[in-house]
Formats: sequence, structure tokens, C-alpha cells
Amino acid sequence: MANKILLEVVTPSRLLVSEEVELATAPGTDGVFGAMANHSPLLATLKIGEMHYLNEGNAVRIALSGGFCDVSNNRMTVLAESAELSTEIDVDRALKAKERAERRLQEAEARKGDIDLARAQAAFARALTRIHIAGH
Amino acid sequence: MAALKDIKLKIVGIKKTAQITQAMNMVAAAKLRGAQQRMEDFRPYAEKFSGVMAELAGAGINPDAFPLMAARPVKKVMLILVTSDRGLCGAFNSNLIRDTEKFLKAQQAEGREGCLACVGKKGNAFFTKSPFETLHSSVGIMDNIQMFNARQVGQEVINLFLEGKVDEVQLLYGRFINVAVQRPTMNRILPISTEGLEEGEGEKSEGPKATYTYEPDPEEILNNLLPMFVNVQIMHAMLETGASEQAARMTAMDNATRACKDMIADLTMVYNKARQSAITAELMDIVGGAEALK
Repeated sequence: MANKILLEVVTPSRLLVSEEVELATAPGTDGVFGAMANHSPLLATLKIGEMHYLNEGNAVRIALSGGFCDVSNNRMTVLAESAELSTEIDVDRALKAKERAERRLQEAEARKGDIDLARAQAAFARALTRIHIAGH
Repeated sequence: MAALKDIKLKIVGIKKTAQITQAMNMVAAAKLRGAQQRMEDFRPYAEKFSGVMAELAGAGINPDAFPLMAARPVKKVMLILVTSDRGLCGAFNSNLIRDTEKFLKAQQAEGREGCLACVGKKGNAFFTKSPFETLHSSVGIMDNIQMFNARQVGQEVINLFLEGKVDEVQLLYGRFINVAVQRPTMNRILPISTEGLEEGEGEKSEGPKATYTYEPDPEEILNNLLPMFVNVQIMHAMLETGASEQAARMTAMDNATRACKDMIADLTMVYNKARQSAITAELMDIVGGAEALK
């Protein structure tokens, strides 16, 4: 227990993970970072991407879509707009979402709408992350 | 005899109404459990969020540097009114609407302009006919409340605020206190103030606070967080209203069922009396006829 950090992944709809882990990594806006027991206090924003944690030899991967992370008092709290375990991801849906996002991306580029482009890019990144994590 | 049959029909009709209201009561009870569960699920997120905000607020930030926190002279106030999409829930929506009107009139009396953003069909339907301007409306989303609904409303409101079209934003929703009590509650959400947050600070961070590392710097993090904070508050209001709506409907339907039962009891009494007097009249006829034959 002494060498573990309490990881909590919270989304608006549920508490996804709450357990003591050996190592957790998260996709910070300034680069991926990892946290182990007794990490110094840290507050970071996260981008769309993959986080994972290691507990007793089991690695678990989670798809995150942005949010932020607070590490303090041997406790790492990840607040994400949405988060899914690799085992929960519906690959078909993710693939469809990717196609849709690709199409939107092209449309947005053709029209040069900044907001649409940013949205399409975000959707594309989310879909890619999910497909990647689900192992496809 | 015609009167007897009419009463009988009426009793049958009311019985059917009672069945419907009873069923609606049970449906509302089941939905209330779901809505309460969602509120419970959302709570950890909201609490953690406030905790982090408090942490940042404690990091010595100048609120005037952030457009979303900077207070300015108020010329136009916006009220986000969260009501339900469906009726048949007693005075729940009317209470919210009444408070909205009161608020907007009070603002006018003080020389400020008032305008609205309506979430939920009921409020929207009411205020489309009123002189107050509705700048945004989201309807048909209260049955299945999702974070992206709240984000949409939040985005719209933030844009209006940043463009200077409104100078202050209030949020009015039906706060769920318990199954019997729901209270219209108003909070200011823009400009964001950190005052309310700091009280939650003492509980978890006792140690020296200056040791936090920020990635990127606190200003940038806060810039990311502030719009999300608005969304979280709107989401919270929507979930509370959702639960309150079901609770209000349960009470209303319970009352309706009870009223039906009372009416049935009264009508049954009338029916029995009418039947008895009909029988008596018939007997009198027969007896009278028999007497005449003697």
C-alpha cells in the first residue's frame, strides 16, 4: 500500500475508476506525464488521448476526451468530460465516428470555418484514440 | 332511470382517470429514482471540480484578468430558466415562471434590461408570448439530460457574455430538497466569483499550498476551466430540475388519485341513494296497484 497512489477518474456521469495503483500516466496538454506514489502536487490540463495505469502487473487503458488532473496528498484525480475503459469501447461505433469526422474535416477545410474545423478535429482525435485503445 | 345510468357512467369514467393518475404516479416514482441516481453520479465530479477551482483561486489570481470573472456595470441581465418539458406536475413550472417574471420586473424597475435563456419546453412556451426577449432556448432535452446539452447552453451564454450583449447571468432552477419539497433557487453564474468556493478549501488541503506545480501555468488552466465550470453549474441545475419535476409529478398525481377516490365515494353514495329511491318508488307503485285491485 505504501508505494501506491489513489487514482480516481471522474466523469459527469460516473466515477469510472477509484483504486490504488502503482503508476498512472495521463495525456497532459504539455506532454504525457506519469505519477507514482508521493508525487509532488500538480495541476494539469489534459488533452484528448489515452491514459493508463498499472496495478499488480495489470495495465488498464482508458480513452479520455480532455479534462484536467489534480495530484495531491498521494491522490490523483482525473476529471474528464468523458472516459471509457478499453474494454467498454464499441469499435464499430468508433470506426463510424472516425469516418464521420473525416468527412466533416474535409467539409470544414473546404469551407474554412474555424469552429467547425476545430470541432471536427476534436471529434477525429477522439475517434482515433478510442480505436487505438480498443486495439484495432 | 336515466339519472342512475348517468351516475354509473360518471363513476366508471372517474375510475379510469384514477387508474391513469395512479400509473403516472408510479412512472414518476421510477423516473425519480433514475434522476436521483444521476444526481448522485454527478456529485463527485462537481465536488472535485469545485475543489480544483478553489485550489486555483487560492493561487493568487487576479480575477480582473479573466473576462469570465471580471465584473462590469450591469446594463442587461440574463436569466437562464430551467423548467421541465412536460406538464402535469402541479405548480412546479408555474412557481419557476412566477419567480422569473418577478425577477425580470425587479430588474426593469432598477433600470436594467432583462432577457432570458430557456431550457425546457414549459418555460420556453410561456415566455415566447411575453415581452421579454428570449436569446436562447433548448427544448426537448429534459428527458435525457446529457453533458453536451449543458455544454451547448453554456457555450451560447458565454459567447453572449463575452460579446458584451449581457453583463450578468443568473441561473434559476427547481432545487430538489426532498420528495415533498422542491424550491426555486437562483444563482449567479457569470461573472464567476470565487467567493463561494473558498469555504470548501479547508477540508482537504491542510499542508503548505504554494508547492503546487501547474502545467501549463495557472492562468491558462483557469482559462480552460472557467467555461467548463459554467457548464458544470448548468448541468447541475438541469439534473436538479429533472429530479424535482418527477417528485412534483409524483405528489400531483398522488393528489389527483386521492381526489378521484373522494369523488367516486361521493358519487357512489348518490348512486345508491338514487337506486334506493327508485326501488321505493317502484314498490309504492306495485303496492298502490295491488291496493286498487282489491
